[in-house]
Amino acid sequence: MSEFEPTHPPLLSARGLAFARNEQPVFGPLDFSVDAGEALLVQGDNGAGKTTLLRVLAGLLHADAGEVSIDGRAATASLRSRAVSYMGHLPALKSDLTALENLDFLCGLHGRRRGQLPGNAMAIVGLAGYEDTLVRQLSAGQKRRLSLARLWLAPSPLWLLDEPYANLDLDGINLVNRMVQAHLRDGGAALLTTHGAYAAPPVRTRMLVLGRAVANA
Amino acid sequence: MIRDLRLLWRRRGDALQPALFALLVVVLFALALGGEAQALAKVAAAVLWLAVLLAGLLALDTLFRGDADDGSLEQWLLAPVPLSWLVLVRTFMHWATTALPLLVATPFLAELLHLPHEQLPVLLASLALGTPLLSLLGAVVAALTVGMRRSGILIALLALPLYVPILVFGAGSVAAAGQGLDPVGALLLLGAGLVLALVLAPLAAAAAIRIALD
Repeated sequence: MSEFEPTHPPLLSARGLAFARNEQPVFGPLDFSVDAGEALLVQGDNGAGKTTLLRVLAGLLHADAGEVSIDGRAATASLRSRAVSYMGHLPALKSDLTALENLDFLCGLHGRRRGQLPGNAMAIVGLAGYEDTLVRQLSAGQKRRLSLARLWLAPSPLWLLDEPYANLDLDGINLVNRMVQAHLRDGGAALLTTHGAYAAPPVRTRMLVLGRAVANA
Repeated sequence: MIRDLRLLWRRRGDALQPALFALLVVVLFALALGGEAQALAKVAAAVLWLAVLLAGLLALDTLFRGDADDGSLEQWLLAPVPLSWLVLVRTFMHWATTALPLLVATPFLAELLHLPHEQLPVLLASLALGTPLLSLLGAVVAALTVGMRRSGILIALLALPLYVPILVFGAGSVAAAGQGLDPVGALLLLGAGLVLALVLAPLAAAAAIRIALD
């Protein structure tokens, strides 16, 4: 990026972010930012606080210190609801409903990106033909793909992905990488947590490594 | 958009178990008290109220648990749609599946319990006002306990102090009518409570859910 370009505020930036549970510091204070078109890879061992960090950024948990801003503005709940999509461990899918019904409902809940339809999204993630299958009958990997389809349909520019490669085969891992690439090309940004760098998407990436109560940005 | 919400919840294939439970209670009561029409008539309204209340209590645990377990509740928190609205819709569906069938069955059950005919309208009115109130208050309690395991008894304990006044006014209004006193006062109180709860309960439940997931 040339220095003469007008500077846009980073899509996500955190200053002095810290979180403690039961008096034990989980992470922090952290300073980092993610620009549009970038991915941030959060690495750390189990228990280093990666999931907690993502949940704090998503707005599900309250940070003990520090502030988060999205696109230069302080992150309020309403701003987050429009700008951030969170994909966590739990699939947020109703097992008694079919795949397509779940997607329709989630689009109704979060909004839908212009020009994208649930049917398309299912084809993109490799679940074409499973529209009328009950989610209960899908495998863990298929549910993960359905969650990815939901992500694809969301209108938010910032993706928070917690262990997106879990439950996926090689094909699925490639799918995640392709989706992240496409999303970043469209001007979005993504934060991913992962155990190791083996499945990192081939895009411009920053790294954030969380150790126990110590962080390097 | 919101319509989807309703449609989907309706198709969840959940059981009518609470309603059946209440039905069972009433029928058993009728059998247990034998054929004394007089004795039955006196307690009929109270029994019906109790049955509906207990059935609602049973269903409370599942009000949010399914959504909490599969991660849907998290997404509700993150959605642009106000959480209190989602809670209201969920509670309405809960009421529609537990209390509404019983409301419809009340005339028949009243016959079974030999309820004096002139008390029936008052009973229906009190149930129509009281059961949504029970559901709304129950939703707040369910939201408070959504994060806990084995919260069954806790829900009952928390809900009971809230439920008792409603029971008193509800069943009491019918008893008053039976004695020739004017039931309108009690019914108005229930109505006022309902309006208040419609506004406050979803907000309280939404706040409780946020706390529970923290």
